[in-house]
Order: sequence, then C-alpha cells, then structure tokens
Amino acid sequence: MSAPAARGPSVAVDRLVKRFGSFTAVDGISFRVDPGEIMGFLGPNGAGKSTLIRMLCGLLRPTSGRALVAGRDVAREPEAVREHLGYMSQRFSLYGDLSVLENLRFFGGLYGVDGREFSERSRWALEMAGLVGREATLASQLASGWKQRLALGCAVLHRPPILFLDEPTSGVDPIARRAFWELIQQMAATGVTIFVSTHYMDEAEYCHRLALIHRGRLVGLGTPEELRQTTLRGVLLELACEPVGPALEALQDAPGVFDAAVFGDTLHVVAVSEESARSGLPAWLAARGVRCTSIRTIEPSLEDVFVQRLGGRDLQEGGAA
Amino acid sequence: MPHADDVDAVRVEGLTRRFGAVTAVDALAFRVAPAEIFGLVGPDGAGKTTTLRMLAGVLPPDAGSARVAGCDVVRDAEPLKTRISYMPQRFGLYEDLTVDENIRFYADLFATGRAEREQRATRLLAASGMSEFRARLAGQLSGGMKQKLGLTCALIHRPRVLLLDEPTTGVDPLSRRDFWRILYSLVGEGVTVVISTSYLDEAERCHRLALLRGGRLLLCDTPARLKSHVRGQVARVASPRPREVQETLARAPGVRSVLLVGTALHLGLDDSGRIPELERRLAAAGLPWDSISRIEPTMEDLFVAAVREAEEEST
Repeated sequence: MSAPAARGPSVAVDRLVKRFGSFTAVDGISFRVDPGEIMGFLGPNGAGKSTLIRMLCGLLRPTSGRALVAGRDVAREPEAVREHLGYMSQRFSLYGDLSVLENLRFFGGLYGVDGREFSERSRWALEMAGLVGREATLASQLASGWKQRLALGCAVLHRPPILFLDEPTSGVDPIARRAFWELIQQMAATGVTIFVSTHYMDEAEYCHRLALIHRGRLVGLGTPEELRQTTLRGVLLELACEPVGPALEALQDAPGVFDAAVFGDTLHVVAVSEESARSGLPAWLAARGVRCTSIRTIEPSLEDVFVQRLGGRDLQEGGAA
Repeated sequence: MPHADDVDAVRVEGLTRRFGAVTAVDALAFRVAPAEIFGLVGPDGAGKTTTLRMLAGVLPPDAGSARVAGCDVVRDAEPLKTRISYMPQRFGLYEDLTVDENIRFYADLFATGRAEREQRATRLLAASGMSEFRARLAGQLSGGMKQKLGLTCALIHRPRVLLLDEPTTGVDPLSRRDFWRILYSLVGEGVTVVISTSYLDEAERCHRLALLRGGRLLLCDTPARLKSHVRGQVARVASPRPREVQETLARAPGVRSVLLVGTALHLGLDDSGRIPELERRLAAAGLPWDSISRIEPTMEDLFVAAVREAEEEST
C-alpha cells in the first residue's frame, strides 16, 4: 500500500449538511479520521449514513459545510477525491460472468491502472486472494471467502489511501471472515484509512472508532470500548426467570429497572446496579408469580450500545429510507 | 422445553438434497419442540435456504424425511400449507398495494374470515408499531418495516409453525430487536419458529440452534450449552499497541490463538490461570495494556472451534 497522500488527518469533516428539499439528511456532522484508522459508521436505515458516504466519495455535493478527503475538497475536486478512494461491498462488487482476471482488468481499466503497473498489482491481488492458478475461473463460481478477497483486490488495485467497505463480510464463512479482517487490519497498519458501514455488530468490533448516526446527526463517537463503558445508564443484567412472559411484564414497572427484553431463555435487564437488583427484584417478581433463579452482570454488546443510544429517540418513524 | 417424541413440531431425519454434483443438504437430523425458536445458523452456502424450502414442502428431498406440524412434507403437502407459514428471503409483498391491501391479499389466499382477519391484523400491526402506516404503500416502507409487514402477512392465518429465511439480513439493530420481540410473543402463544440467519450474534437469541456448514450439521444445542463446551478460555487484552502485544503473547505458553479485533486482542487460552504470566510478559516487554479479562466465547469462536475440530477428526 502507498503512503497517505497528505500529512494530517486523512478525512476532515466540518459541519457537513445535506438537504433534499425540506428534508435534512445530514445535519451538521463533524469529525476527523487519521491515516491508518478503521472507522465504522453505524445507524438505522435512513439515518443519513449513505448520504454522508456519498458526499465523502465525491458523488453528492454538500449543501453546506466542508469535507476534505485525502486533502481534497469533495465539493471542489470530486474527481480527485474519487481517484483516492476504493470501494467494496460484499454483495455487489464483482461481475459473476467474468473470470477472475477479467474482473481485475475491468477494475484496472476503471481506475486507470495499466501496463506494468497492472501486471504488478494484479499479481499482488491474486496472491493476496489466494487465487494464483485460478485466473480463468468465473467469479460466480468462487466460494464466498475468495469472492470477497477478489472484490477487495479489485477495490485497491489503484492503491487508494482511503477504502470504503459496505458490510464486507456479511454471510461469509467465519474462518474466511477472520482472515479478511486480518488483511484489512494489516492494510490499516500501513496507513490506509478504512471506513466500514454496517448493521453487523461483529464487523463493528473490528473498528478502531465508531460513529453512531441517527436522524442525520452524530449521536456517539468513540472506540467500541468507550462506547460500551459510557452508554448504559446502569448495568446490564442477565436474569433467569420462570415463566419468562410474565417476568417481562412484571419488570416493566419494577423499581430501579430502566429496560427489559427477552433474550433466548433469559431476560436482559438494564438496572441501577446489580446489588439493588439482587436485594429487590426476586421478591418483586415472586409477588407476581415469577421465580427468579439467577442474576448476573454481563458486558453490554455493541448492539446494546446502539439500541440504548438511539432508543427513546422517537423510534416510530417507519418511513421510507 | 417439553420434548416428547410424539409432539415434535418438526422432525427431520437423514434429510438430503443434491443439486447436480453439489450436496446442498447432507443427511441432516434434528427435532424442534412446540413453541421453541430454533435457529439454522451458518454462512452463505451452508444449506439453510434449501432446508427451509424442504420443510415448507416446496422442494422435494432426495433422501430422508421431514415431518412439520404433524404432516409429512412430501405425502401431506396440501394440509401442510394451511398449518405452516414460510417467509422466503424475498417475501412477495406487492409494493404498489398498501399495508392493509397486502394483508387482505394474504388473508384471502388462506381463506381467513373477515372478522378474524381484522382482529389479528390490528393486533399484529400494533405489536410491530405499524398501526399508523396501514394506508401507506408497501413500496414506501423502510427495510425493517417491510420485514414486519411480511411477518404480519405470514401470520394472518394462525400457522402452527413459522419458517423464516434470513428475515433480518440488512435490517438495522433497532428493527431487528422489534422483530425478535414479536417472535418471542408468538412462541408465548404456542407457535413454533424455525429461523435462519448468517449473523452469528443473532443465534444467541434462539432457544436452540443448529450450526450448519457445507450442508452438514456441526453442532446442535442451546446457546448456553454450546458455549460451555468450548475448550479452554477466551480473554481480551486492550492495549494502545495491539500489534506488538500480539507478537509478544503469540508465543507464550498456553496461548492457542491470538486474534486482533480493532483495538483489542482476543486470546484463546488453555486455562485462565495463565493471565498473571501473560501480564508479567507484557510488563517485561515494556508494553502498555489496560486489562486482561476473561470474556465469554462468542458464537463465532464456537463456530471456528467446531470447524477446526471437524477438520482435525477428518485428517
């Protein structure tokens, strides 16, 4: 991978706004990303994530505010911005009825990688993807792990300092997925900036920092660890109760309980503290015909973080994305 | 969960389906008890969709048998249709019909009475927070809302067994939680749910699950029991210099695997008693770290361990 084009932040976004008519899709978002960072975008459908990414890719002109990508202004130099980007989505990136080599040639043509540079880069991509000797295989006939590595190879053929990944490993075999993320983390270690857009919390775990976007605004920004530690109002408890249905109902107005939800055979409860739950909840539940057999504190998942950060912020939107 | 042999909601034995040279489903066997949420969990190509299509009676097996809601999927295909509901990945919603019109269409298809239809639709739409969108065109709903409308249509004739093929793929975590809340309330009414997913973290919400890979059953049990069978321990190290920590700890005794996950490392250990020794090594190497703590193995850890074990056995 090449070194980043400019010193300083790889991406700097300052009070970026995009309006469509009376609808504000992106509403004053600011952040900076350093070279070599893996930054995740999380948010519900219609939150403004794709609009933001399209502006950062120079595909959509901001209404106001500024975004510098690899030192270029996305509004003034969209073509220059696009030359510095790679884009990969697990589901749509490759041409299934083209061979491995034809896919590489196609993307090489698209990004202006030719001659000696192309032979060098395509060899690198084939080795990275483990596809040496299978150049003539149709992309549609590759197993998902190889397909995804080939798509990555195509996306970075022109050595972009910034790479966008859209749910890159959804549906991919876990062993191939781990190998893929190892590769992405190695790329980041050489200074490539990686953006990941996902609904998939297992992918979010691999990000150095996460940006939570809701209704066009940034509602959380930090490392997965920071978000886990600072989001919950209290602690997350796992309760084993019999029967589960009435337990859920009884917990809705139990003292010291903020939230309760069924999770498999158990209940996940957000409460003030484990001590207060232990001293109060078993009796509260018993009085309502529910036996509580265990209470223990568990670590919130990133999904818990996501739901808590966005929960209560008017969830009955349901409109078109 | 009750699990008497004669009351299985689903009973699958030796189920096999080939497409040309590919065995998509290979001698699958499992049982699902009434009112259970049973997960078919695995990556693309694991055989999830093929299995569900056979359970729904729309694809004949090459070998083996499946009974669903008391019906043999081959011999009793007609009565099966009224007792189950099958929601494929691309559920047939009519985008230029409204929410209400879609529901009416499916109610007519299954000859559900008008009064029952109305009562059921009202309750299901309220449960999914969609009451105010009944006049909206289906094509104008968000992804999560479309899935909830699909579920409402699939449930309008009170099926005993609900077969769902990756209903939450591409759905954001908030809508996903809503979706699961509805599933839990259904099993409270006695409905049995068989659901497929490639999201391993979602598998933990099932009562029991089958981990599938390449058409074969890797493991089948409750999430808690599956996790208790993972050999050794998993620990997490947070450090501002994770790559160097990785190099230092990879060679330490008792460390079976090191996985870099963002700003943290996940260590596969033979015993959590190794942690103090690992801390000494980091201190000796002058590397900073915030904590080394035991964490629960994830479903992905479990899946990877099961695949490795299966590979060791076959070599």
